[in-house]
Parts: sequence; C-alpha cells; structure tokens
Amino acid sequence: MYGFEALTFNIHGGYLEAIVRGHRGGLLTAADYNNLCQCENLDDIKMHLSATEYGPYLQNEPSPLHTTTIVEKCTLKLVDDYKHMLCQATEPLSTFLEYITYGHMIDNVVLIVTGTLHERDVQELLEKCHPLGMFDSIATLAVAQNMRELYRLVLVDTPLAPYFSECITSDDLDDMNIEIMRNTLYKAYLEDFYRFCQKLGGATAEIMSDLLAFEADRRAVNITINSIGTELTRDDRRKLYSNFGLLYPYGHEELAVCEDIDQVRAAMEKYPPYQSIFAKLSYGESQMLDKAFYEEEVKRLCLAFEQQFHYAVFFAYMRLREQEIRNLMWISECVAQNQKSRVHDSVVFIF
Amino acid sequence: MDYIDNLPPMDLMRSEKMTFVQLIMPVESAHRAVCYLGELGLLQFRDMNDDKSPFQRTFANQVKRCAEMSRKLRFFKDQINKAGLVCSPCLAFQPDIELEELEAQLAEHEHELNEMNSNSEKLQQTYNELLEFKIVLQKACGFLASSHSHAAIEERELDEHAYSNSDDYVEGASLLEQETRPASSNQSGLRFVSGIVCKSKVLRFERMLFRATRGNMFFNQAPADEQIMDPISTEMVEKTVFVVFFSGEQARLKILKICEAFGAHCYPVPEDIHKHRQITREVSSRLVDLEATLDAGIRHRNKALASIEGHLAKWINMVRREKAVYDTLNMLNFDVTKKCLVGEGWCPIFAKTQIQEALRRATFDSSSQVGIIFHPMDAVESPPTYFRTNRFTSAFQEIVDAYGVARYQEANPSVYTVITFPFLFAVMFGDWGHGICLLLGALFLIARESKLCTQKLGSFMEMLFGGRYVLLLMALFSIYCGLVYNEFFSVPFHIFGRSAYECRDTSCRDAQTAGLLKRHDTYPFGVDPSWRGSRSELAFLNSLKMKMSILLGVVQMNLGILISYFNARFFGNSVDIRYQFVPQMIFLNSLFGYLSLLIIVKWCTGSQADLYHVMIYMFLSPTDNLGENQLFWGQRFIQIVLLLLALVAVPWMLFPKPFILKKLHTARYQGHAYGRLNTSEMDLEVEPDSARARQHHEEFNFSEVFVHQMIHSIEFVLGAVSNTASYLRLWALSLAHSELSTVFYEKVLLLAWGYDNLIIRLVGLAVFSFATAFILLMMETLSAFLHALRLHWVEFQNKFYHGDGYKFRPFSFASLAEDDD
Repeated sequence: MYGFEALTFNIHGGYLEAIVRGHRGGLLTAADYNNLCQCENLDDIKMHLSATEYGPYLQNEPSPLHTTTIVEKCTLKLVDDYKHMLCQATEPLSTFLEYITYGHMIDNVVLIVTGTLHERDVQELLEKCHPLGMFDSIATLAVAQNMRELYRLVLVDTPLAPYFSECITSDDLDDMNIEIMRNTLYKAYLEDFYRFCQKLGGATAEIMSDLLAFEADRRAVNITINSIGTELTRDDRRKLYSNFGLLYPYGHEELAVCEDIDQVRAAMEKYPPYQSIFAKLSYGESQMLDKAFYEEEVKRLCLAFEQQFHYAVFFAYMRLREQEIRNLMWISECVAQNQKSRVHDSVVFIF
Repeated sequence: MDYIDNLPPMDLMRSEKMTFVQLIMPVESAHRAVCYLGELGLLQFRDMNDDKSPFQRTFANQVKRCAEMSRKLRFFKDQINKAGLVCSPCLAFQPDIELEELEAQLAEHEHELNEMNSNSEKLQQTYNELLEFKIVLQKACGFLASSHSHAAIEERELDEHAYSNSDDYVEGASLLEQETRPASSNQSGLRFVSGIVCKSKVLRFERMLFRATRGNMFFNQAPADEQIMDPISTEMVEKTVFVVFFSGEQARLKILKICEAFGAHCYPVPEDIHKHRQITREVSSRLVDLEATLDAGIRHRNKALASIEGHLAKWINMVRREKAVYDTLNMLNFDVTKKCLVGEGWCPIFAKTQIQEALRRATFDSSSQVGIIFHPMDAVESPPTYFRTNRFTSAFQEIVDAYGVARYQEANPSVYTVITFPFLFAVMFGDWGHGICLLLGALFLIARESKLCTQKLGSFMEMLFGGRYVLLLMALFSIYCGLVYNEFFSVPFHIFGRSAYECRDTSCRDAQTAGLLKRHDTYPFGVDPSWRGSRSELAFLNSLKMKMSILLGVVQMNLGILISYFNARFFGNSVDIRYQFVPQMIFLNSLFGYLSLLIIVKWCTGSQADLYHVMIYMFLSPTDNLGENQLFWGQRFIQIVLLLLALVAVPWMLFPKPFILKKLHTARYQGHAYGRLNTSEMDLEVEPDSARARQHHEEFNFSEVFVHQMIHSIEFVLGAVSNTASYLRLWALSLAHSELSTVFYEKVLLLAWGYDNLIIRLVGLAVFSFATAFILLMMETLSAFLHALRLHWVEFQNKFYHGDGYKFRPFSFASLAEDDD
C-alpha cells in the first residue's frame, strides 16, 4: 500500500524505528574522526571512544590494546544492537533484518572453505568470521570436499540453500571456483533481497531498490575489474552480474567485454550517477575506486534516514556502522603503525 | 515606603551571593589544592579547554592511568563476586597510601590473580577431561555390552553376505588386514568413536553424522549424570555421552572432523573388560588427586581475593577521587611561563575565607615556595544559583527546581512552598483518619532515617523517602483540615462539643424532611457533625469549600504579585513596579479581591445575596440597582469605580513599559555620542579567553519587546480569570475525596456489617481496607499532590518566577559517590 505507511507503520515498526534512529545518533561525526586522527597511540583512541557509544564495550580492556581488540569490541556493539532489534522485530521486519546478514554468511562460508583448502586451523578461521554471518553448523564446512557435499552436508539447513541451485557441481573446490561461487551466491542473494523488498512495497521498496541497485552495480564493476586478465570467459563473467540495477542490461553487455580499466570507465561514464565517481579518478587508476564507491554509498545510506516509515533505515544503519568500524580499523592501524599521513586515504566520513 | 525599606533583608529568599574568581596555582601545589577544594566542595570550576578533546588535555595520561586502575578494580570486584565472597566491611586500620604505590599494588595483585586463574583454568580443564573420560567410560561400557550382541548378529550377516559375493569378501578381508586396531568388533569392519558433546548440540550433531556418512552409522547416546563446568563462562553445562558405530577409514576421518567442529571431545574406550576396569580405576584416582589440588588452588585464590576485598572499597573511592581531581585539573590552563595553572570558577561569597584557608593549607602541605593566588574578577555571564538547604527544606527546593532553577538572586518560592504546598494538599485531602495513616507512614520513614539513607532503595521508595518531610507536613495539615471538615474516614465526630442542632422531637422521624432546629451555640470548631447525612449537606459543604478555595487562591495569587514587587525592588527595576506590579495588583483585586470581600461580608452578615448575580451584573449592567443582592451601602458606586480601575489597568500594563524601555535604550546608546569607555582593554590582551572578553552589545528590537509585553499582559488578564477558576480544583478534589470515602464506608463497610454473617463482614472489611489503602491513600494522595504541584507551578509561580537560572555545581568529592551509584 504505497503512501499509507504513516497510518499503520508504527503499530509494529514504530518502536524499532525509534531505536534505530537513536542508534544513528550515536554514529561518530566528522569532529570525532578529526579527533581520532590526531591520536598518538591506541590508548588515546580508546579514551576518545570511551565517550562514545563504544565506551562500555572498551572500558574493561587491559591496557596494551591491539587493533583487533578494538575492532572486535566495536563489532560486538553492532551485533548487540542487531540482536536487540531482531528480538523485538515482528514479521516482515524480522525477515528483512535477517536478509541483511546473508551477505556476511556468504563471506563466512567462502572464508572457511578457502581456509580449509589452504589447510588452516578451523578455530582460527572461525575467529575471523563476521559474527553477524554465523550459523549453527558453520564449523562443519571444513568437512566438505566439493560443492555438492558443501550443499548437501551443511548449507541445506541455512537460508543460503536456495541460492546454491546455480552452482552445484561435483568439481573439487579450488580458489577460482570458490570465487565464482561467492559471486553466484551474492548475485542470487541480491536478486532475492531485491524481490523481497519489492514485495514489501511502499517507501521500503523504493529506497531499498535504489540501495540494492547501487550495490549490484558496484559488484558488477568490481567483478569486471578483478576478472580482467583471468581465464574467466566473457559469458561466465556476464553470468555473475545481478539481473537488476542501473547497468542492467545494456551496461552489463559493455562491461562483459571490457579488457582494461579504461574501457570500464568508458562504459560507466555513460551513466550519470557513476560519472561523478569516475570523474574523481585519474585515468588508469583503480586503487581509489573502492573509496569513491564507499563515499557514494554512505551518501545514499544517509539519505535513507530522510524519509520515515520504511525499513531501509535498518539496512542503512547496519551498513553505516560497518563502514564506521572499517574506518576505526583503518585509523587504529595507521596509528599503531605510525603511518598517520595515510589516515585519510581510506576513511569515509559519515556525517 | 520607609516601612518597606526598613524590612529585614530577605536573605532566606535570595540565593547565595556568588563571585567569579580566578586561581593561579603553582604546578607543584595544584594537585593538593584541587584535592582540598574537592573536600570542601564549594567551588565550581569553569572548563577553559572546551575546544580540546580529552586526550589532548594536560593531564590526559593521569586520567588514563586512573581509568586503567579502575578497570583493575572492576576486575577484582568481578572476581570477588564470582568467587561468591561475602562483602564484609573491613574495619581494620588501613594506612593511607600514595597513588603510585596503589598502582603498583594493583598491578601486582592483578598479575597474581591472572596467574592463579590461568593455573586453575588449566587444572580445571584437565579435571574436566578426566571427568568426561570417566563418564564416557561408564556410559559407553553399557552400549558396548549391548552392542556386542548386535555386533555378533551383524557379523553373521556380513559373513553370509560375504560368502554369497566373493569379490566383496576379498575386499572386506583386505580391509580387515589393514586394520591395526585390536578390537573384537573390528573383525566385522565395524568400529566406533566414543565421546561427549553438549546436550544442546546433540540433535544437529547426529543429523550431521547421518548426512556425512550417508546413513551408514549407528548413533547411541545417554545423558551424563554430572554437569560439567564450562571453563570460559564458568557455567554448568549438561552433556551427553555418545558412541558412533561406523565402518571405513573415510568415514572415520569425516566423523572426527565433525566431532571437532561440534566441540565434541572423543575418548577411546577399550572393549576389553579388564582393561576397561583398570583405566576406570586409574582415572578415578587421578580425579581425586586433581580435586584436592583444585580445592587447594581455589582456597588460595579466595584468600588472596579476601585480602583484596578488605581494601577494595577504599581503593575504589581513592581512584574515583583521583580521577575527579585530574579531570578538574584538565579544565585549567597553563599560563605563559608554564609554571602555573590558571583556573576560573564560581564560589559563594561566604565560602571565600574557607577556600583561602584550604589553599593556604595546600601551599603549606606541599611546601611550595609560592602561594596560590585567589582573587575575584567580574564576569559577564550570570552567576549560578545556589540555595543552602537542609534535609527538611531540600525536598521543597526540589519541588520548585523541578519547574525551573531560579534566576540568580531571584526570590525563591520554596520558602513559602514549605507551608503552602502541604496546606493546599490538605485542603484537597481533608480527613483526619487518612491523615493519621499518612502521618504514621511519614513518622516511620523519619524514624528510620539514619538507617534508610545509607541503604539503596527502589525508585519508588527513594521518592517516598526523599519527600518524607513533605509527607509529614502534608499529613499534619490533612489532620487539621480533616478536623475542620469533621471527617474521619467520612464519619463525623463530636470532638469539640455538642452539635448546635437537635431534632424537633425525641423520635427524630422528620429529621430528613422537616430538618433540625438550632438549639445550642454554634459548633466551636469546623463543620457541625449534624450536617452529615442531612438533605442540605452537599449544598452547604459545596458553598463553603468553593468560597474557601477562591479566598485561598486570591490570597496566594496576591502573594505572588507581591513577591514580584520585592523582586523588582531588589533588582532596582522601577519600571516593573510602576507599570507591571501596580496595574496587576489593581486588576486582580478590583475583580477577584472584591469577590473575596463579598464572600467575607456575606459570611459575617449572614446575608442571602446571590454572589453570582452580583459579579455577573457588575459587568453586564454596572449602573443597575442591585436590589435584594445589595450587601452594603454604596456597593453600586464601588463596583463602578472598581470596574473602571480594572479597565484602566489593562492598557496601563500593556503600553508604557515597551516605550519606556525603548527610550532608555536610545538614551544609553545613541543619545550619548561617546559610548562607554572600554576600561578593560588592558585585561583583554592579558587574558584573551577570560570571561570579560565576552562583552556584547545587545540590539533593541522594539517589535519583539512589544509583542512580548502584549503576550504577558494578555496572559495576566486572562490568567486572572482562569487561575481563579483553577483554584476551584481545591473544592472539586476535596469533594471527590469525601464522596469516595463515604461510598466506601457506607456502601461497603456498613452494608457488609448489616449481614449477620462473619464471612460477609470479613470480606466487607477487607474490601474496605484495600480500597482505603490503595484508592484513598495512594491514588488520592498522588492526585492531590499533583494538583497542589500545579497550583504552585502555574497559578502561584507565573506571577513572579522566571526560573531560567542554572544550578551551582561545585567540584565536590561528596557528590562523586552519588553520581557513580
């Protein structure tokens, strides 16, 4: 029911929307980042963060801090927020919230599978997994030898199972087809999420389709750039692009045939929203592309808060927090390794 | 005027005189000085480093160290709680120690504790493993015994199968030969893995095993009898023993991997009975040993914790204070030479000598060469408001502060609130039976005051306890008002003598119809008990209470306007007196003062005049003859004069003030070509960020001032009517209270008493007492409280109270503890 959210939204979603907007108020501001960038060591960072919402999570950490501890505790805060919201949520918001974590789940699956392929310790790998993407039998992934087993043993119980329909093969796992699996899964996930949001309708569909389209387009560009110079054929590459978004379908045709970064650029500059992103980069450069995309994403996510009575704020909040944690990680690393001149290379200011 | 000038100064009503002071402290004595000031708690520091983030400040390192120490202390506290030690206040002599020493001690203790913890954790882990092994041995033994028979059957089947298919048999035989493990069931290619897994994971574990082996396995499980402690969360976990039978090496690898993934611990179980017994014996004996070691370790640890615990409270307090001192020092600035710290702040004038004394002591104790300079300065911003209260007045001050903190040196309404608030409450809650109940409650709280104030109370109890003296006065006044209304749980009493009325004859049959006769003197105090239950009871009481409410309201509002006069006089604001106070006084009293006068005259003379009629026709047709409603001679003339006065008062309070303000402003700024001399230019250069630098030239916006004045005047004129009407709530609530208690008394208690049945009587008594306790004593108290609050905040305080000040928050150690809890 488009346009009538104001009438009924607050019955189920009002409390949580208030909660999430309150959480948003706790995001670090540009002033905070400026102060953080001036820190001399990790204790300074801890001291500064103790005045923010991360305070209670960091206050009991003994003094020689590590970057990983900071990141871990900050992620814990995000997970706590998420779990609180999930506990309070009713349908369809709870499903929506669960959809947000599927991306992490895919990443975790890929991480474990690649890790066991290279014979790393499972416990060690589990510690590296994102806590939002954990599921019950994740540790059992190490048992599987090929895709079919992977699916049959473990993933059939997880929400990822339907996304697997396209990549069940009996091939043994190797780096290449794991990467393809990740992208196929991601494609299926994004399309499913997109369909789900369309089904919800209203402002949620409108805003989420914009955000997800951006996500899909970004993935398409990244796949293209990463697959240049590999043995991936054009058709295979074409298959990994999600079937929606601004680039679909003509942009995908162009991206599929790109052979170097400048061709990608030429293809993308036909789309006004991406023109500005590529305008920031000099020719032949792809290093700063990630940051440019992140900045654009953050801008779009912040805009999601401008409208009321929709679910995209939850998605936006989770994404912004994750970006914030990435920022904190980068700042902490720079401070810990005395590379303060590079602090601004990768920090994306949120406000 | 002379009389007013000679009134004693209203010290009680004014907040303490404050002064802005500057402190210049040599670095070596600064810490001690701030410490002493914190103990004194009479100086509010101004943050001079607003623009700096916490870690850029001078003493960031010390603050960090304090935070680290408090982290360690929290860790100790946590450990002590986990160990389940009872916190006993240690009264042994504890020597004062330096912060550095404390830091070292804490580090040592933490190290010790961590070591002990890791040791005991290792031991605990070994212990857990052994315990699990023992349980597995016990349980698995049962499975194996039963599976032997199974195995025998399977073996036969397998054999038959093998004979029928020779190829298979060859393969099976080679497999058997490869098998090195000497176990009887291995003959059939059947092997097993036994172990233990968390109970919550069993189902998923079994499903995963089933899938991984494609169903070629046999899963046996039994719950463990004992719970096993999880070393990380130190919680007891229920576990389940399992034995999986399977065949094939591939399957074994898979199963072991799955076991690992599920955190299941596998233990080999020998099938040989003798060996089995032997191992069980060994495990049991080692378990006993370990248990003894573990116990010793825990005892040792508890001893160490107990020794820490004795000091913990003191240490926590010390670190908290130290952190507060450094936080305060961080608010100070270094001067140019970097040898002195410069601080600014507010202090009450009376505290100056005490502060100077503390500073002198600090200089002396830290044997500093240079004294601390302490001198007053002038400031632009208005000083904070500081009322000295005691435990009796603080609750009333809280009531006023909840509306808004008084402007600096503004008249403080809580002086009057102490009496008027409980009194207005009691007017609505007049029943001396209920009053006595309240009184008992209040006395209980006051009697246990010393005990309760150290305890931590729930939020509701805390509120009650905080307002115990308010409650006491409310109870006393409601007993008084209850006596006036002659109500005791709505039962009238003949306390002060005989009723003035009597029945017409001895049978008293026509008391309800023809009424009573007045035979005696008027009942000496309060309402005559004979009114109760009479036909005209309501009409009489309503008229009485309504008139009384208006009288009380008019008196209180007049008091409010009078206070505004004293405020204006205090601040030397003659414009406000002439163009605000005087017309307001005239307006209110010409209408409602006159009404009050009429009420009193009517009461004294016993006249039958209709006051509604008088008041309404005073406006509608002031020149008409009053007729039978005339109360005194010349009333018509007086009414016309009063009406004219009220009409004049409105433009009087509306127009002159903004114009005069405008004139004053132009005279001050544009009229004088020279403007004011800036005498503080020298100082500006020396102290660029001191309070003096923030001078501003205010713009005079006439339209804004005029609109403001218009709003005020309209508010007052309309307010005079609506506020007077608002005081009628006194009557309404009092009526509601007495009616409710009548209903409960007559319709519940008396009705139940009418039956000659013990159960019904008891039920009636129970319902009556519950209704009295919850509805009358709790709900009604609350509602009367809220209405009294409103009458004070709105009707009384809007006549004079600005309430836009800010509170004086001195740096004080005493308030630290309260903040923390």
